[in-house]
Amino acid sequence: MTDREESGLDYRAIGLVSGIEIHQQLDSASKLFCGCPTVLREVGDSNLEFFRYLRPSRSELGEIDRAALEETLVSRKFIYKSYDTTCLVEADEEPPSVLNPEAVEIALIIARLLHMQIVDEVHTMRKTVIDGSNTSGFQRTAYVGSHGHVETSQGEVGIDILCLEEEAARIIDDRDDELVFSLDRLGIPLVEIGTAPDIVSPAHAREVAQILGMMLRSTGRVKRGLGTIRQDVNVSVAGGARVEVKGVQALNLIDRIVELEALRQVNLLKIRDQLKERGAQASDEPVDVTDIFRKSASRVIQGALKKEGVVLAARLRGFAGLIGQEVQPGRRLGTELSDRARRAGVGGIFHSDELPAYGITDEDLALVRDRLHASDEDGFIMVAAPGDRASKALLAALERAREALVGVPEETRRALPDGASEYMRPLPGSARMYPETDVPPVLVTGEMLERLKLPELFTDRAARFQEEHGLNPELARVMAASPNFQLFEELVKRYDLPAAVVVRTLETTPQELAHDGVPVGNLTDDHFSACLALLSQGKLAKEGIPEVLKVLAASPEMEAAAAAEQAGLAGVDRSQVETVVKSIVAQKEKLVRDRQERAIGPLMGLVMKELRGRADGALVSETLRREIQKLLQG
Amino acid sequence: MDLGDKISVLCGKTSYEGILMPSRSDNTVIKLKNGYNVGLRADKIELLEKGQSVSLPQKALHKREGLPQVSILSTGGTIASKVDYRTGAVTSQFSAGEIISAIPELEEIASYNARVIYTILSENMRAEYWIELARAVAAEIRSGSQGVIVTHGTDTMTYTAAALSFMIRTPVPIVMVGSQRSSDRPSSDAAMNAICAATVAVSDIAEVSLVMHAGTSDDYCSIHRGTRVRKMHTSRRDAFQSVNRQPIGRVDYLSRKIQTFGSYRRRGQTDLELSDRLEPRCALVKYVPGASSAILDYYVDAGYRGIVLEGTGLGHVSSEWIPSIKRAADAGIPVVVTSQCLRGRICDRVYDTGRYMLAAGAVEGRDMLPEVALVKMMWALGNTSGREEALEVMSRSMAGEISDSTPATV
Ligand SMILES: [Zn+2]
Repeated sequence: MTDREESGLDYRAIGLVSGIEIHQQLDSASKLFCGCPTVLREVGDSNLEFFRYLRPSRSELGEIDRAALEETLVSRKFIYKSYDTTCLVEADEEPPSVLNPEAVEIALIIARLLHMQIVDEVHTMRKTVIDGSNTSGFQRTAYVGSHGHVETSQGEVGIDILCLEEEAARIIDDRDDELVFSLDRLGIPLVEIGTAPDIVSPAHAREVAQILGMMLRSTGRVKRGLGTIRQDVNVSVAGGARVEVKGVQALNLIDRIVELEALRQVNLLKIRDQLKERGAQASDEPVDVTDIFRKSASRVIQGALKKEGVVLAARLRGFAGLIGQEVQPGRRLGTELSDRARRAGVGGIFHSDELPAYGITDEDLALVRDRLHASDEDGFIMVAAPGDRASKALLAALERAREALVGVPEETRRALPDGASEYMRPLPGSARMYPETDVPPVLVTGEMLERLKLPELFTDRAARFQEEHGLNPELARVMAASPNFQLFEELVKRYDLPAAVVVRTLETTPQELAHDGVPVGNLTDDHFSACLALLSQGKLAKEGIPEVLKVLAASPEMEAAAAAEQAGLAGVDRSQVETVVKSIVAQKEKLVRDRQERAIGPLMGLVMKELRGRADGALVSETLRREIQKLLQG
Repeated sequence: MDLGDKISVLCGKTSYEGILMPSRSDNTVIKLKNGYNVGLRADKIELLEKGQSVSLPQKALHKREGLPQVSILSTGGTIASKVDYRTGAVTSQFSAGEIISAIPELEEIASYNARVIYTILSENMRAEYWIELARAVAAEIRSGSQGVIVTHGTDTMTYTAAALSFMIRTPVPIVMVGSQRSSDRPSSDAAMNAICAATVAVSDIAEVSLVMHAGTSDDYCSIHRGTRVRKMHTSRRDAFQSVNRQPIGRVDYLSRKIQTFGSYRRRGQTDLELSDRLEPRCALVKYVPGASSAILDYYVDAGYRGIVLEGTGLGHVSSEWIPSIKRAADAGIPVVVTSQCLRGRICDRVYDTGRYMLAAGAVEGRDMLPEVALVKMMWALGNTSGREEALEVMSRSMAGEISDSTPATV
């Protein structure tokens, strides 16, 4: 984090209010509304492709949602890839089945862990989403609980909402007017957890996300790995507005995102104050300046004109210098104007603070300024594109310029890899929700809640492992978070072995083997158990465990003892060790007499070589010490 | 307290606020401020504010100059349905006018007269409604409509299509249309089906046709002949398929171009003729292995006037049924044989059982769909006098429902 430029904001002073939303996929056997498995596929395995268009519909209250409405500005074709693991439900060709009981159970367990109030009847709703990521044009979502909390270093953070939802389809290609989606992910159950706006700093946001992530994984029933958990962050500062930054995939970006959004809002407010002082305005109509650029050397403009495009410009009174003002590292007010224009289907806009550039000359600029009656205090924006799109885009950018006069617009933004964000869409209103009439409500009974088995949290379990088995904090943490934790407890109890050896056998060693390309996925609980049995009977040295596991992974049907034999590790007992040690000590008598006790080091290597790692190191060194003593005293 | 009121609900120590919604259980269902509905076992409910009724703004129809005049007759069904705010269920209550205002592209194709004929779910359809509808369609054509669109629930749409096919000889297109995904959802097939139906309504295809999605994609709709189409899937968009014959053609959704696959009656080729009598006392009897012939006897004794058998394979029933067939024929009841195979032609001259069925008085339904044969039987009995005449009508193609040759490509 040290290489980052810190914003140096005093978060209390700027009135930072933040909350996070976590979307976590559940590891249920089947999807939320059909019997299909919750597996992702290679796009190349798709066995059917079809396409649809979506149009917004009015909700039960007679309103069209504003986010949905904006989506129709762009009428796009949605192409869907179907698989032998998806069905007519994902294709929106069959009504959904009932809410998956297994997913409901997992959601209830999580709600319980978060100390939430659970509703008595779970109703599935349709949340309008017409960006194509849901074939139906809505995401099915159900409210499960509210009024929960988690403990953090900064005190309790409220958990306002937990919903059970279906995951959207995976976007695999964006061809501007055509979007391609993969249906494998559509319908995988996920929980959405929203905190109260109790988060006080970027570091706190990260901590809360970490705690929630740990609790979710503690259930052992959530999906792991890239893309299975996503965080959205809500941020506002005093005088700013609620902005939702969506799609944060990496936990370690959360603090940076909160920090940069706070910074953005502070900077936009500063720009607003300056604009006010100057009496700035953004009320001009777009003006056609195509003729000025007929012979322009700008490749972008020539490209647009070739496609029968136009060049439109609009004056921004009193904006000079401020359009180029930075709001986040590398992103200016002009970038925000451009984001909006891009949504209307153009590549971007030009603004006066970045010109002359892109082949647009001082001469061109003078002519444009003249045409717009723009003084030196005024700025302007310009777009080159086919007529209809150009005017839509410029109007969208003008709208954003007018918002700059007011302050920070409420909106949904998309997280960028560096922690900054770009415009995505307006904040959705509540009008986008209406009942999913195909899915009956689920009654949550007291009996159902009593039957739930709440898991031990990883943090609690790790503390217990340290105390009960004397593991160090690192090994305890690894073992507590492993799906093998029950096997660990069983094996420690069954064999009289040091707990650390069992952790290495179950966790560290297979990880290292996997790294070397060993198919450790073939190893079962029985393999591990049999290995540790040989170890506890002294038939295998702990140094030999990686070799035996390697053989077993390659030939899973083999007995552990046979595997040890094949690895050349079997059958070395105490008496054989003694024989080998005696003979080596005898051979190297001179060395022993010269070096005395210190001869143990070099001799150890010779013995182990002779035994090819088949004997326990501790036994060998103990035997060596005894034989050296005997020789020296004898 | 009424639905739509703003209330507060206390459950234990937790209190919720929201709008009172309909409930199907003992719990109180409210819509929270964030839009979610939840069901709560309320300890205490308090009224916060009386609700206000919301009415959907409805666009007035404005007629464009120079476009053909098309009538939209609505009968209910999914294409004309929306979520009922009070019951939370999908119900049929969109008027034809609301359909047009929800699908603005329709106004580029024609100007419309919209009439609600009735608002019923298509499973509640019956012969007397077909008659009423046929009369309404004929009235629209008489008063100058250049095409008629009938919106219909998809469950029994093909029966209605067959009924209109027999009852009306039409000089203009009569187009049945529906939707398999309700029109209140963004992915509904209603808009594309309606736009394609309007395109056919202003075309040269003066037939009773049924226009619906041809595949699962939003690319084009098939134009099915009203007597050759069957609903072959419970839920898919492309549930409707022509059987034993190619569809008349297809309409491309975006370009609105029509491509035809064979001959059809052209606009103005015939004068309007309405023969609107139906004999509703007709039955379609499906034969299954072991079924008792008493089933057939029942219809005869109950006063049914015509019977269509849906036999196995080439058109067979158990030989035990032969006396009952003879009994029906002797009672002056025409018995026509169709096949549960749906695809293919009846041939009762191949096996003994078939020959005995024919000898007992049954008549081959040729390559007619069973349901179409049933509707045709109602129409034949309504417009003829007696068994012989009716059977003569039954074995002749009246509206493209029978052909002498089946192309190898269907
Ligand atoms: Zn499925």
